[in-house]
Parts: sequence; structure tokens; C-alpha cells
Amino acid sequence: MSTANYALRDTRTMMRRNFRHSMRYPLLMISSLGVPLIMLILFRFVLGGSIAPSVSSGPYIDYVAPGVILIAAIMGASGTAIAVNTDMKSGIIKRFRTMGISRGSVLAGHVVRSVIQTVIGTALVVGITLAVGFRPKAGLTGWLGALGIVVMLAFALTWLVVAFGLVAQTPEGANSSTLIFQVLPFVSSAFVRPESMPTGVQWFAEHQPFTPFIDAVRGLLMGTPVGNSVLWSAVWCVVLSLVGYVWARSAFERSPSR
Amino acid sequence: MTLTLMTNRGDMTAPRRSAITVRGLRKAFGEQVVLADLNLDVAEGTIFSLLGPNGAGKTTTVEILSTLVAADAGEVHIAGHDLARDPGSVRRSIGVTGQFSAVDGLLTGEENLLLMAELCHLSPADGRRRVDELLERFDLTEHAKKVAATYSGGTQRRLDLAMTLVGDPRVIFLDEPTTGLDPRSRRAMWEIIRELVAGGTTIFLTTQYLEEADQLADRIAVLDQGRLVAEGTAEELKRRIPGGHIRLEFTDERDLTAAARLLDASPEPDSLALQVPGSGVRALRAVLDRLDQEGIEPETLSVHTPDLDDVFLALTSRPGAEKKQEAAR
Repeated sequence: MSTANYALRDTRTMMRRNFRHSMRYPLLMISSLGVPLIMLILFRFVLGGSIAPSVSSGPYIDYVAPGVILIAAIMGASGTAIAVNTDMKSGIIKRFRTMGISRGSVLAGHVVRSVIQTVIGTALVVGITLAVGFRPKAGLTGWLGALGIVVMLAFALTWLVVAFGLVAQTPEGANSSTLIFQVLPFVSSAFVRPESMPTGVQWFAEHQPFTPFIDAVRGLLMGTPVGNSVLWSAVWCVVLSLVGYVWARSAFERSPSR
Repeated sequence: MTLTLMTNRGDMTAPRRSAITVRGLRKAFGEQVVLADLNLDVAEGTIFSLLGPNGAGKTTTVEILSTLVAADAGEVHIAGHDLARDPGSVRRSIGVTGQFSAVDGLLTGEENLLLMAELCHLSPADGRRRVDELLERFDLTEHAKKVAATYSGGTQRRLDLAMTLVGDPRVIFLDEPTTGLDPRSRRAMWEIIRELVAGGTTIFLTTQYLEEADQLADRIAVLDQGRLVAEGTAEELKRRIPGGHIRLEFTDERDLTAAARLLDASPEPDSLALQVPGSGVRALRAVLDRLDQEGIEPETLSVHTPDLDDVFLALTSRPGAEKKQEAAR
């Protein structure tokens, strides 16, 4: 078998190990669904009525659901920071470092597990948005496109979050370093249109990485024009993944005897 | 000791080759020198024990040799592979059981072993067979389906070593493998280590327990403050330390003075006891014969042979000396 084959095989092995962990201790997975569901209740049933007229001519749920779906993806990926931080403290990681296995597989296993689990969690949230009145107009292509966007975001964000988990001293620290990802959606196109914001905030909301992902999913699911949002999503995906990957790999190599 | 060794790896007649060679190994963490010019040679199929007090550099040595930490200088070959140039091949030849548990506490014992089988790239059938064999051999069958975090210290250590063995490594590093184990578990661990060496594996063992090194090791090196202060077989090391003596205790002052005159030894002032140099059978018989001739009967008699404790205490620095050195820095 070639080196690449071994790398794939080792990553698959590590991924299965990580899935076992999250199946055995599913609390982290379940709790990551809490935030998007609270957002959904808040904006669908509490604030939605007064925000709606200023945001869209159609039902507000059709505007806000894509935002909630992306928050589900963000929360799913963020949970990996705690998982990685806890895992790196366990003695078996040291054992892995002395074994003739693919060096990247330990982290890649976390990333693949996180992306798959995030997509599953996000699908659950999509189901709930449908149950509370979300009515997408998309055909199969639109749905597949939206799935692609969610996977891109989950992948890019997970690499970043893995790096967070590696450099944090404690699981609590790892967790709070991902707070930024929970706050950013509020200053984006998730809940209201950026045009309604003051100039400086509007500029930020339009240019921050989450906005194109949210716009792309919204356009793809509602069958409205997506503009450059898919392209920008891809660009952000590449940039964030690269930064996260390089940072995570070097952090992993730097802390051998922790 | 003969120069040849029966091994299961086919080289029945070849003289022992080196499994580990270390030349001029140096490591410092900032200002603090942890290893200063370390040289080691470990023959294939033997147990080599690195002995030393806490902080002597034992764990750092194991971490460097097992590719966890990079050395500042020096040349290391393990199982014929250059550590600096080809760490991948070194990793494929070694197994490490460290001082702290390296099992996945969230997986069962069986899952831990199967994980190792997959990472050693065994086929599913071979992996299954190897895992069942190790569960059996390490007395883990009844624990196989339980999560490793619930294991007792001894069981966890056995699982740890079993995991190290899945890939059938040629060289095994054991960093204080019995620290914290009860005497029974410790003896079980020794038995396993002896079996491994009988099968041709090379063992690099660090320990604080002199008895352990005495029991197991073919060769012992004493490490102190990053330097080797002695190396040899347990016997050779013991011979370097004088101090074998026979200790006699008497019931009264009169016998004591008579015996002291007779044996040309100075009595201990407070305890009615005498120490006579020598610890062999011949020395003992001579002492008893002479006392017998004069009709002196000692109350108790004990023979003190030098053990590794004496060697250890004589060779490694005392805390007082350490403090003085630190102050001088």
C-alpha cells in the first residue's frame, strides 16, 4: 500500500475512534443543537413578528431559517474544540506519536468525524425548521448545493477549531475561544438585512465570512439569485481551511510531550 | 555468558548485534542540561535497565529514543535505523509503554487492542487473531468488553503493554512500567518482560526500583544528573561497592570485647554489636569457627551483602550536594 493509502486508512481508523467517543458520550453532540433551536424559537415565535416587515415581503421564517441552519453547522463544528483539547491530554495521543502511522491522521480523523456529525446535526435542524413553517422552493440541485455549502463551512471551521483546541490550555479555554463563532452570525445577514445596519456595521456584516455562506444557502434553498455568494463561500472555505490546517498541524507537532 | 542467543527471529548463530546505539546524546531545556553526552549500547535480545533518581533524565532519554522529543546533538540508531534521518522506520520497529497510561479510557480493552491492530495495518483476520491472543495472554479476557477507564492500575498497565505488543515491535521501551503497582501485579509484569526477552525482543527499561533492575536486567546503567555514572551487570556494579560484612550481636560487654579482640574488629559503642568485613560462606565459617574455639556465642548474626541500593546511594548524588551545585550555578 502507498503512503497516501495508509494516510487514508489511518484517518478512517481515527475517525471511527472519534465516533465511538461521541456515541458513548453524546452530550456534546446534543448540546450543540441547543443554540440553533433557541435561535429558531426566538426569531420565529418571539422577535419574528416585529422584525419581519422590514426584512422580507415573504414569510420571515423563509428568511431566517437558512441563518439558523448555518448556526447549527457553526455550533456543530465548534464543539470539536473541546473534543480535541480533551483528547490531546489523554495518554494515547503520546502513543500515537511513537507509532508508524500517518502523522496527520490524528487531526484529520477529528475533522472528518466533525464534518459528518455536523452535517447530520444540521439536517436535524433543517427538519425542525420545516416543521415550524419553513417552505423552501429548491429542487434537488438547490438542496445539493446547500449541502455543499454546509459541508464547506463545517470543514473550514473545523480545521480552525481543531487549532483552537490544540493551543488552548484547558477544555474551558478551548470552548470559550469558539465564542466568536457564536457571536458573528448576529452581525451578518442571518436575521436581518445588513442594509438596515449603520454604515460601519453594515460593511462588516457584508464582508465577514459567514454572510456569503448564509446568503448562498438562502438563495439556493429559496430559488432566488445567489450572486457572488457561492464564489465567496468557496474562497472563504479555502482561506479558513488553509489557515486552520497549517496552524493545527504546527501546533500538533509543537506540543509532543504535553 | 555466551555470545550467541536463541531468538525467534532466525539469527541463531550470529553474535549479538546492537539494537540501540547512542553516541554523544545531548539535551537541554533552556538553561537546564538534562542529558550531557550520553553513550549507550544495548545488545539485541537483552534487557537494558536505566537506573536513576527522579529527575536524572531517564524519561527524557526514553522520549528522545522513542521519537517524541528531538535531541540537541548526538547520534542514535535503533534496530538499524537512524533516528534523525528515518524516524518513520524507527517508529515501526519500536513499542513504548510510558510511565503514564497510554490507553484510550473511553474505549473497551478489546477496542483499544483492535485500534492498535488497525494502526499497525494488520488485516482484519490477523488483527482479530492477535487481539484474542493478547487478551488471553495478558489475562484480560474478562475485562475485554469493559471501558478501560474503569480498570484497576495493574489491569490498565497490562492492557497498556498488550497494546504495545500488537505490532510485534523488536525494541520495547518501558518507562517505569511497575511504578504504582502492587507487588503481585509487579511480579506478573516481570514475568511478561522475561517472556518477551526469551522471544528475542530487546527491552529498554527505566526504573527507580533497584530490585527490579537486579531481577530483570542483563546490563544496568546508572544515570545521575544527565550523566552515566556507572554501567555493567548487576554483579559488576555490586562489586564496585565495598561493604559486604557480617554483623554480630552479643548479650554482654564481656563477650563483645573478647570477640572484638579475637576477630580484630572494633565494637560499636552503643549496641553490643560488631561488624566484620566479608560476606561469603568462607568468611562466615571462619568467623564462627574462631568464636566457637573460644566458646563465645553471639546472640544474633546477620550477613549483609552489598545490593544495588548501596550502589545507587554511593553513585548518585545526595540532595545536599545537589543544592550546593545549584547554588554554585
